[in-house]
Amino acid sequence: MKHQRLRLGFGLLLLIVSFVFVVSCAKHQDVLQTPGGDAAEVAETPEHKAAEQAGEMTEEELAAQKEAAQRRQQAERARAAKEEFLDENVYFGFDDSTLTRKARQILAQKVDWLRSNPSVDVVIEGHCDERGTKEYNMALGQRRAQSIKNFLVNAGIDPDRLETISYGEERPVDPRHNEMAWAKNRRGHFRIK
Amino acid sequence: MHLNRFSRIILMLCIILLFGQPGFTTAAVAATQYDYINISNPFLNKIPVAVPVFKCMSDPGTEAEDAETATQLLTAGLDFTGYFKLIDRGAFLENLQEKGIVAKALNFGNWTGIGAELLVTGGIWKVNDTVRLELRVFDTFKGEMLFGKRYGGSADDLRRMIHRFCDELVYRLTGRRGLFSSRLVFIGKNEGKSSIYTCEFDGQDLKQVVQSDAITLFPAWSPDGRLIAYTSYARGRPEIIVKELGGNESRRIAFEGINITPTWVPGKSGKLAATLSTSGDEEIYLLTRSGKIDKRLTDSWGIDVSPTFSPDGRQMAFVSKRAGSPQIYIKDMETGDIQRLTFEGSYNTEPDWSPEGDRIAYSGMNNGHADIFLIGTDGQGREQLTRDSGSNESPAWSPDGSLIVFSSTRTGSTKLYVMTASGTDQRQLVHMTGEQILPDWSPALTSD
Repeated sequence: MKHQRLRLGFGLLLLIVSFVFVVSCAKHQDVLQTPGGDAAEVAETPEHKAAEQAGEMTEEELAAQKEAAQRRQQAERARAAKEEFLDENVYFGFDDSTLTRKARQILAQKVDWLRSNPSVDVVIEGHCDERGTKEYNMALGQRRAQSIKNFLVNAGIDPDRLETISYGEERPVDPRHNEMAWAKNRRGHFRIK
Repeated sequence: MHLNRFSRIILMLCIILLFGQPGFTTAAVAATQYDYINISNPFLNKIPVAVPVFKCMSDPGTEAEDAETATQLLTAGLDFTGYFKLIDRGAFLENLQEKGIVAKALNFGNWTGIGAELLVTGGIWKVNDTVRLELRVFDTFKGEMLFGKRYGGSADDLRRMIHRFCDELVYRLTGRRGLFSSRLVFIGKNEGKSSIYTCEFDGQDLKQVVQSDAITLFPAWSPDGRLIAYTSYARGRPEIIVKELGGNESRRIAFEGINITPTWVPGKSGKLAATLSTSGDEEIYLLTRSGKIDKRLTDSWGIDVSPTFSPDGRQMAFVSKRAGSPQIYIKDMETGDIQRLTFEGSYNTEPDWSPEGDRIAYSGMNNGHADIFLIGTDGQGREQLTRDSGSNESPAWSPDGSLIVFSSTRTGSTKLYVMTASGTDQRQLVHMTGEQILPDWSPALTSD
């Protein structure tokens, strides 16, 4: 199930990348056409050959640009992966610090990211909803952060890279007082140390 | 009937005198034998008391204003306790200015006639900036003086003098003392800042002790009245700070993980108990005066938090999730035995052990709203003190065991409220903007 999703995701990414590439090439040709039009006027001059050379240069440039684009895409992908790593929270049930199936799936992706970014240390934040009392929630937030840490350590991540911190109910992302807000606030959140 | 009641007071006072020791023992005696103030519920049958305006003893021109101030302070002080019903001045048939302040000058019929069982008379002398007070308490039905006191000081000391008298009066009637020399500590949250405030027992004399942009929580007042322990995120994560009030002494308890919910061990050891997660699990530890780990007090996987000690320090109540939901447990410090205390409800937290030792206040949650409960340390006599009034959390006992301070969302934003230990007379304690949370009551502070 996880692999299927990954494969599907990768396919989509490939599709998007090739589309972006086609579009950027088309744009590039547009740009080339304009000096081409100018070239018609200067065709009588001895610089005619230079124009042809310029054409060859453009192909080299194209290759370089292609490479640059690939690098950009890679960087873009890395950035997106990092963003996803930081943005995607793990959610918990009320007064619960056990990891749901969904939470484990998300954490498996975090393990991948942590493996491919071995120099990065992270802080795992544990948060609670406003219900319950501040003292107990401070401990519960810690337990949530610790549950996440345990999962990552069991998956082979060096515990020294993982710091846990509880914010109890002190830092809600959604300040409203309803089920939807509570569900969003009962979270484990990652940040780069 | 009143005479009968009153002779029991006298008997009670004799017992108090015989047993001598104020505080815990006396209160326990009072609890079993005293029925003028019904100890099982002293706040429902309030004693009707009359406090006429104090008599100006030398020169009404200079004394009238202070006489009025002193009378109002006394009235407000007695009213705050919840033991008394202050009779409206408009009903009074006698005026001390015309009569006098001693028994032979008073016509007690005029006071029994309006329902007063106790009468407090006051005389005030003011010379330059020095004030002298003579205060007497009478049983109106017997026509006898219960006791009288003289106080002297500067005009600025008026409030303190009156409160010392209030403490004395409450002590003579109930065997409990210390409320009027106590203060409270709490967290105020406003515009992104957290502050630690202290104030007098009645919300007066507000002082900001700490202000921070960081999360600040769980203040706890030391038994000697000198220190506040609290949790601060000033360095990014929850650490315990022990701060000297009105001084520069400050130390940090910062083990790996969380350092939260500090509480003081009763007595003079200066030891604290707190929840640390340094082992990878939230456990309660005993910490030395200097903040080192003395020993681990809980040893059960999962959350253990919020310790509170019995007044003799022999037992500790705390919150644990060991049975699946947060419940309150009591640990015997000598034998190490742990008994579960609460069984009703699936979310019972924030225990605070009563100064008289026999009960524990806590907050129990149902449908997302918490209410304040009391339960005997034997698990019997569970009582609900708040209901249908938002979420009520963080109960803390006054040092004399008569009142409970707590936070409530009953008017929207979280504010502090005080009620009697029977749940009566619930009223807002301090009126300020923002949220006020996590109150703790000081011990009786002997000097200020």
